[in-house]
Amino acid sequence: MSTAGSWREYPQRYRYEAAVCDKCGKWHFPPRLVCDGCRNETFTRKAMRRTGKILTHTVIHMPPAAFKDESPYAVAIIEMDDGPRITTQVVGIAPGELKIGQRVRLEFRRVQADGEAGTILYGYKAVVV
Amino acid sequence: MRDVAVVGIGLNDRWGELWEVSLRDLVVQAALAAIKDAGVDHVDSMYVGCMSSGLFTGQEHLGALMADYLGQAPVPATRVESACASGGVAVRQGFIEVAGGLADIVLVAGVEKMTDVTGDRATYALGTAADEEWEAFNGATFPGLYAMMAVAHMARYGTTCEQMACVAVKNHENAMKNPVAQYHDRITVAGVLDSVMVADPLHILDCSPITDGAAALILTTPELAKKLKRPDVRIIGTGQASDTIALHSREDLTALDAVTRSAGAAYNMANKKPRDIDLCEVHDCFTIAEIMVTEALGLVEKGKGGPAVAAGETAPGGRIPVNVSGGLKAKGHPVGATGVAQVAEIVAQLRQSAGDRQIEKARLGLAQTMGGTGASSVVHILEAK
Repeated sequence: MSTAGSWREYPQRYRYEAAVCDKCGKWHFPPRLVCDGCRNETFTRKAMRRTGKILTHTVIHMPPAAFKDESPYAVAIIEMDDGPRITTQVVGIAPGELKIGQRVRLEFRRVQADGEAGTILYGYKAVVV
Repeated sequence: MRDVAVVGIGLNDRWGELWEVSLRDLVVQAALAAIKDAGVDHVDSMYVGCMSSGLFTGQEHLGALMADYLGQAPVPATRVESACASGGVAVRQGFIEVAGGLADIVLVAGVEKMTDVTGDRATYALGTAADEEWEAFNGATFPGLYAMMAVAHMARYGTTCEQMACVAVKNHENAMKNPVAQYHDRITVAGVLDSVMVADPLHILDCSPITDGAAALILTTPELAKKLKRPDVRIIGTGQASDTIALHSREDLTALDAVTRSAGAAYNMANKKPRDIDLCEVHDCFTIAEIMVTEALGLVEKGKGGPAVAAGETAPGGRIPVNVSGGLKAKGHPVGATGVAQVAEIVAQLRQSAGDRQIEKARLGLAQTMGGTGASSVVHILEAK
């Protein structure tokens, strides 16, 4: 990701800010310009609660270049308690022990280093609670 | 709207790791084969489906490139991109142009040249079909996303790794009879389960390969088909639909709504039902994908895709043969070519000219291809008149 790209996404990647539709109340993460529920275009930014549960999961054994040193690692789809769903790594647990329905909490972590410039990109990973 | 017939089909001779063949020669070989098969001396317009020639070879602007190297410039030439569904969507664009009366003879090609880059770069290019910023960024790979669909399907319906392996075994068996196919080797369920893990529970033999290949069709009106004395095979239904780009945003992780909706539109236009179909070519980029697609197309009951393949219902000679060509799994998956080649296979079957893999008395066939984790899907139904 470009330096400008990671900079403009600080609010969502670092502060977990979602866009809550002013009309129907649906939470969108990442924020978007049009509500896919009611097509309204005005939102209020709110930080998501950092807790949720695992809907499905996998263990990546053949990683992309940026994640070579971490393989094998767990990835899951998580439904946040405020509603949005995300795809993220799950850490702090043996990859084979993930289960659907497990409760997790998001933590601020280093995600990857960007190309030759080596810009470190941060974001969130999930830990089982 | 005018009726549309497919009068020419062509693939380059062999799919696989074709280090000696360039991107432009691949697509020209397939297009020439289709033009010769149709017996036309010109085309009015052309489309080429391709997912990512820029990332794979550094070359964009494939419409003009193909027209030029076919010696067909200055005809209008358009590249179509819809990730892994690029070829299928190119077929639909060609259909629309003939049906709408803007052109009488349209060339539809598809191509992907994937082996000029390392595995890492190919993986990156393919990953761009998912949500690059919110899936791939966090470490999800393309097989990883399908693996998560598999885990959800297994949890809800009891689908097993053995059932998924049956898809790969069947499609490799089918490819034995397809001279173009990348793989001509039989595999076993035990062999699939013993193969290296890519993204749990998907093994490498659950995954379609990296392939160089191209395919092409000539579409025209039934009147011109008659003049050309070609078998009258028509596209009688077309449907396309989209869904959320990220898998995680879908209400039901075990369903492929875009496939169901695109199929619904095609069935409706063709005035046919799933039980009328004699054979299908579907998007088995991973074994779980074929299971979920057969359910989404209404060929098997929801949740029963696994037991159906294990029972041989989708094998040649079964209730509804699926991927007689070998599918993406064993014929190979040159991404942009896949959707076009699927239609070419159905046309060959409906002409009763598919050789050793011919399904007897095939009259009605369906081709389905999808992009990403099912964020786009396109379905065509073809009939021998």
